[in-house]
Amino acid sequence: MSKRYFTEWEGKQLDQIFSIARELVEDPSYPTVAAWRADGGKVLGHFQVYFPEELAHAAGMLPVKIRGAQTEGMESESLFGSYLCSIIKTSLDIALTKNIELDLFVSHPICDAARNLAAIWGRNFDYKSQILYLPQNANSRHAVEYLSNEYRRLLRDIEAATKVKVTDEALRASIGLYNKSRALMRELYALRREQPWLLSGDECLILISLAGFLRREEFNGLLETLLPMIRSRSKRAQDKMRVVFEGGFCEVPPIDLLQTVSRSCYVVDDDLFIGLRFIVEDVTEKADPVTDLAEAYLEKSSYSPVQHDLRKPKEKMLLERVTMANAEAVILASAKMCEPGLDEQVAYAKALDEEKIPYFISEFEENQNTFDHLAIQLETFVENIMFD
Amino acid sequence: MFREWFANLTRVANAGEGAAYVFVVGSFNEILQTFDIPVTFPEMNSLQTAIRRVSSGYLAMAEDHGYSPDVCGYVKADVGLQLKGGEHPMGRVPKPCMAVLTNGCNTYIKWAEIWERSYGIPVVTIDIPGTRSPESKSQPGSEDFAYEQRYVLGQINELIAVCEEVTKKKFDIDKFREVLGYANDMTLCWQQVVELNKNRPAVYNAMTDGTVFLGVANAFRGTKQGAVYFADLVEEMEYRVKHGIGILRKTDHGMVPVEQKFRLALVGTPCYPIFRRFDDLFAKFGGVFVNSSYMSFGSGGTCAGYTYDLDHPLESFAATQLQMSRDAMDSMFHQALILEQTASKYGIDGVVFHPIKSCRTVSTGMADQRRFVAERLGLSTLIVESDFMDPQVISEAQMRNRVDAFFEGLISRRHQSAA
Repeated sequence: MSKRYFTEWEGKQLDQIFSIARELVEDPSYPTVAAWRADGGKVLGHFQVYFPEELAHAAGMLPVKIRGAQTEGMESESLFGSYLCSIIKTSLDIALTKNIELDLFVSHPICDAARNLAAIWGRNFDYKSQILYLPQNANSRHAVEYLSNEYRRLLRDIEAATKVKVTDEALRASIGLYNKSRALMRELYALRREQPWLLSGDECLILISLAGFLRREEFNGLLETLLPMIRSRSKRAQDKMRVVFEGGFCEVPPIDLLQTVSRSCYVVDDDLFIGLRFIVEDVTEKADPVTDLAEAYLEKSSYSPVQHDLRKPKEKMLLERVTMANAEAVILASAKMCEPGLDEQVAYAKALDEEKIPYFISEFEENQNTFDHLAIQLETFVENIMFD
Repeated sequence: MFREWFANLTRVANAGEGAAYVFVVGSFNEILQTFDIPVTFPEMNSLQTAIRRVSSGYLAMAEDHGYSPDVCGYVKADVGLQLKGGEHPMGRVPKPCMAVLTNGCNTYIKWAEIWERSYGIPVVTIDIPGTRSPESKSQPGSEDFAYEQRYVLGQINELIAVCEEVTKKKFDIDKFREVLGYANDMTLCWQQVVELNKNRPAVYNAMTDGTVFLGVANAFRGTKQGAVYFADLVEEMEYRVKHGIGILRKTDHGMVPVEQKFRLALVGTPCYPIFRRFDDLFAKFGGVFVNSSYMSFGSGGTCAGYTYDLDHPLESFAATQLQMSRDAMDSMFHQALILEQTASKYGIDGVVFHPIKSCRTVSTGMADQRRFVAERLGLSTLIVESDFMDPQVISEAQMRNRVDAFFEGLISRRHQSAA
């Protein structure tokens, strides 16, 4: 196996591993990425939500999910206006402060702030910054062909950045690796749905976050080791309410927020880092690998407020998530100033009202650091339902 | 023209019929005109509530309905309008029979989902791949442009199928050609109008007059009325150029020329709740807006001179829509680069950036664009933040202070260069 960049967890107890992993996840200087780069590796930074990481991996690049950080954002503050979500500012900030150095940056048309981010990035760095125009008309018969071409266009830029020609064989191998990775993540989520006392919401968030910046081979190895350890954990089920956490598809709430929720409830499913788990089945070999990958995005994918697909009305998909997880209530969260998230809350609330599923509406920010108020509100919410 | 336009929409609404809800970036009005489907622009309906100073009531209704104070004011005013059964200060807006949207602004997509849920109408998204990065913009003739065009054309054919279903009419390619012909006439004149303001004195105010022009460019696109309007407009503006008549302003004593000391470019939208007063902040120092990014994105890029090839109407329509919408998006995301090309042609002395709370599309990149314009082009800049719908977000006193300081800088800069 090639060099591993995160080894501190090896030989440790599970609780220690979560603690070590959390430190790494919350470190805005991305030490493992820096070490990869110091070894001559190239890095592609891609903004939330979904990115076909296989394309970068096949060229030997390290794809890194740019998902903000818990920094003050002082360096980027002057480059943005007032009414914006935090993730946009802190994502640029970690690059401006050289906490992370890239060879290529890719944003997506998930929202208008994210499209602007590519332009701002391009004006501030010498390497190429671009938008991967994932189709917003998933229902067009022409979307797969378009997206395949869009992926090929991006591949040219990746090849130019790495000076590596990506072969079909290399891409097939990367798809296989990521299929395995997504299957492991599905296993983790299934375990949590079935035995949520074995893995709390914050612990799950820590593990999934690692997939955003560790080499995927390394991440898979870590999960393969941890899954049996989690299963054999000696924790007993408690009388806690089962909830779905919805609204963390882009800006990620602080781990402490999930910890606060997990004290009162079992978080049995969520949409945190949904982009890393967006393809819900294996990408199988039907056409050429690029087309297979494009087809999977459109035909074998989850949902989020930033993908419009008439076949997947978001409120219906949320209700399905609630049913599949056997959840009793929903935490309807949204990042502050996140227009798609805030818009979706209205539709979600209406659908949950119609189905008489209790929900708790909340806004968060990646940088928030007090949770007492949230804890009290949440306890009251839970008590109201449990003693109703 | 707009009174008549709204009167027609009121007739449609009162007859219990529906209209197509469309947006300014990629309205596909040419297709809808061909099917005789009445269209309404929710963005224009919303801004009219602000200009007529009744937006607060509509916004409050939407917020009571669950919409956050932090989402687009246009969307919320429309939600209020729908809750009021289409009651609007200009008449009555019909319910939608279908909606056509592009990704010109991502909020369009979320907005249309509201109608989809409320009315169960067909919603057609035409996805237009924008500029990936300014240094590698695909051009007609390239492989990249070809696949983008095929994608847009495919979606246009899907839109036509939906229109046929909604109207029970077959698509008439000859009528479409006629509509495109009028649209071509409008486009060429619209481009001329934009460029005529390179003259000194400037012949119209790109913010106040420009907003009226782009309203006609949107609502009357592909109509004979629109083509005649723009032909007349060019004639009038050329007359002004020839006779040295600058921007005119309506007063109690008739139309009077305004003082033109500083030529300004506006990046962003007007401030609708204080539409005239916002302009007055600049006019009192002799500041005139000779160019505005709003004329580009607000008219869906129709002012750039792209015309349709009537021998290949659908293919050409797809290619041109792609170019126009992409230009419209660029005028929001990359206006600083556009100014690098145009500022000297328009003799710009200063650039006013107007980010607004409601719109991340327009506003997110403005502070950085300002930095770029100031550093790279050496132009005086002002950034003044407000909103284009919610009067509560607008602080006129604060704005005035900033504008005053901006002009003090411009005046001093002029004195220094004279010395």
